[in-house]
Amino acid sequence: MAVIKSIEELEKIRDQAKDLINLRKDNETKTRVVVGMGTCGIAAGARQAMLAILDEIKKRNLDNVIVTETGCIGLCKYEPLVDVIKPNQPKVTYVNVNDEKARQIVVKHIINNQVIDDWVIPNI
Amino acid sequence: MEIYRAHVLVCKGTGCTASGSENVMEAFQKEIEKRGLSKEVRVVQTGCLGLCELGPNVLIYPEGSYYCRVKAEDIPEIVEEHLVKGRIVERLLYKEHLTEERLRSLTDIDFYKKQKRIALRNCGLINPEVIEEYIANDGYKALAKVLTQMKPQEVIDEVKKSGLRGRGGGGFPTGNKWQFAANAKGDIKYVVCNADEGDPGAFMDRSVLEGDPHSVLEAMEIAGYAIGAQEGYIYVRAEYPIAVKRLEIAINQARERGLLGKNILGTGFNFDIFLRLGSGAFVCGEETALLASVEGRRGEPRPRPPFPANEGLWGKPTIINNVETYANIPPIILNGSDWFASIGTERSKGTKVFAVGGKINNTGLVEIPMGTTLREVIYEIGGGIPNGKKFKAVQTGGPSGGCIPASLLDMPIEYDTLVQAGSMMGSGGMIVMDEDNCMVDIAKFFLTFTQDESCGKCPPCRIGTKRMLEILERITNGEGKEGDIELLENLAKSIKASALCGLGQTAPNPVLSTIRYFRDEYEAHIKEKRCPAGACKALIHYEVMADKCRGCGLCVKVCPTGAISGERKQPHVIDQEKCIKCNSCFDRCPFGAIKKA
Ligand SMILES: Cc1cc2nc3c(=O)[nH]c(=O)nc-3n(C[C@H](O)[C@H](O)[C@H](O)COP(=O)(O)O)c2cc1C
Ligand code: SF4
Ligand code: SF4
Ligand code: SF4
Ligand code: FES
Ligand code: FES
Repeated sequence: MAVIKSIEELEKIRDQAKDLINLRKDNETKTRVVVGMGTCGIAAGARQAMLAILDEIKKRNLDNVIVTETGCIGLCKYEPLVDVIKPNQPKVTYVNVNDEKARQIVVKHIINNQVIDDWVIPNI
Repeated sequence: MEIYRAHVLVCKGTGCTASGSENVMEAFQKEIEKRGLSKEVRVVQTGCLGLCELGPNVLIYPEGSYYCRVKAEDIPEIVEEHLVKGRIVERLLYKEHLTEERLRSLTDIDFYKKQKRIALRNCGLINPEVIEEYIANDGYKALAKVLTQMKPQEVIDEVKKSGLRGRGGGGFPTGNKWQFAANAKGDIKYVVCNADEGDPGAFMDRSVLEGDPHSVLEAMEIAGYAIGAQEGYIYVRAEYPIAVKRLEIAINQARERGLLGKNILGTGFNFDIFLRLGSGAFVCGEETALLASVEGRRGEPRPRPPFPANEGLWGKPTIINNVETYANIPPIILNGSDWFASIGTERSKGTKVFAVGGKINNTGLVEIPMGTTLREVIYEIGGGIPNGKKFKAVQTGGPSGGCIPASLLDMPIEYDTLVQAGSMMGSGGMIVMDEDNCMVDIAKFFLTFTQDESCGKCPPCRIGTKRMLEILERITNGEGKEGDIELLENLAKSIKASALCGLGQTAPNPVLSTIRYFRDEYEAHIKEKRCPAGACKALIHYEVMADKCRGCGLCVKVCPTGAISGERKQPHVIDQEKCIKCNSCFDRCPFGAIKKA
């Protein structure tokens, strides 16, 4: 471990280290992403979608997003399903999410606040 | 840095370690590896979460689900259900956690709701063995602030204005103590941390050291800067192996990172910290005895003055503060004295950590704002008295404190109110007693402890406490005499007035406070040879109530001395000659036919 030689270096380390504990704090104020992980969700590629979301969060250094999973919701043909719930906003559910769509959801919806209407679950 | 979607926090405090959290942590690591989740789910060890009795305790984020009594066998299920499918494993969830099918957040649980965590801010949140996790949660930021933006006197003024008082027992204003040491002449000065924690049942300081060792290191450095010291010593009891290990790791990491040693953060400030292991004698927690012990001499108190601030370690100006006192310092520096002074009451600022135990549902570690009432701690946070029993008293201040009766339950917890009530804040032990506790017996318990721990240097303490103990023994044996209560009171007065150190001066407190509030119990023992709580063995005997006994014979099976006899389906009888008052029959009888009288 390198010696921290100045206040600036300490602050830099603090910034990097924030990710270590961020997930344990203030989760009520963060955007929640919920990935459907029922049997058919996993078969349809829910894990890949989730890993893509995590990867994108990491690349873009987002500290206000949490990713969780949920079980079967009974809508097999739309799997993988991904919910995006921003604080104080209604839940938006995306269907048939693959790697590519997952990344765009992060950029467009989570970062830029634009719901991608085409992928939202149809009224059923 | 890797981003994980979930953190599994396994408590590795002393309580949970004892109930097997090591195995739980290993099992999590194995299972997560096996399921190929290592890149998504991180397993982290933390310090005490507070509810040690329910351990091993596990917290899973981001949901903040609190699982209790987790066993290694449960791990595959938790991983499969919670971490893969996102379904909470309800059967292991903390009981109050689930309302209307919805998970309450941790901070909404009754046990945590009324708490305010300042000294314990990092306990159960960070991994105490990773300095970066401490840094991430504003660690060493207060040190950076004082070194670059504050003069030493400004640091002392800030601590003074915060109103912080010592958490180790006496409640002396911390800022004033620092001022004395700063004013004292001399080039060499020392900063000492009292981590001896000798009160029976207390584990506040241990939890801070185990869960957040760096906060103590950082605070000692700030104190060193304020008074002009370059060396610090932590005196910690050897019976705290986990705390010692975490401190060693923390000190090494701080040294490697240049946060201890020479030219800290490039500011020219030098400071280093060393550990001293205590032998565990209670009197070594007294500050002058502790300093003697750090120097390698016999841990015996000496008269004050001179106070350590003027003549402390190796005769040099020294400040000595308690672990919890130090843990409050970095937040005071970061958030300001006004913030701290806004918490608590007029004369007691901030929070206090208590180890709550005895006859209470949620035993554990709690941190509450000063001014919280005893009732709130016992009933709202502590969940009340188990088995529908009646509350009788709460003991605070450990062997130096006293018992507070039900009539004072609405008293706010403050240094001064507790003293007025005949007890004291002490270091934070809180033992709850119900109707089955005999108050004379309780007084005897504490006095036995102090009598045992008296170092013997001065006669009032050595001989006086022994005399008092003899009288208590006589009373609980049914041999109490008219005038014994007055005799106890007189002895207590003279010991308090003439003992050399705090141990002797406060040793009579448990006796005095129980006489003050429960004189009738003393009188019942002395005059009627009766123990109203049914706790003093010499004063009770067991009888079968013939009208209730169904002659089932179960008591006969459990009696170790064969004292019970009777025909089947006929009322049984106890042979008083043979009965050794073990209470087994009383516990066993399904019809409540055995009475203690
Ligand atoms: C018999 C006896 C035992 C004590 N044990 C402790 C102890 O275990 N921990 C502690 O911090 N203070 C203990 N004290 C109080 C110390 O003497 C001292 O007041 C305290 O460490 C000062 O720190 P503070 O001002 O931060 O509370 C004890 C005092 C007496 C008389
Ligand atoms: S009061 Fe008791 S413990 Fe303190 S110095 Fe005297 S004999 Fe020792
Ligand atoms: S257990 Fe109770 S009911 Fe049964 S024989 Fe003993 S006293 Fe009687
Ligand atoms: S108290 Fe114990 S020894 Fe006495 S009668 Fe009951 S079981 Fe037997
Ligand atoms: S398993 Fe996917 S909808 Fe049922
Ligand atoms: S040691 Fe785990 S909760 Fe206290």
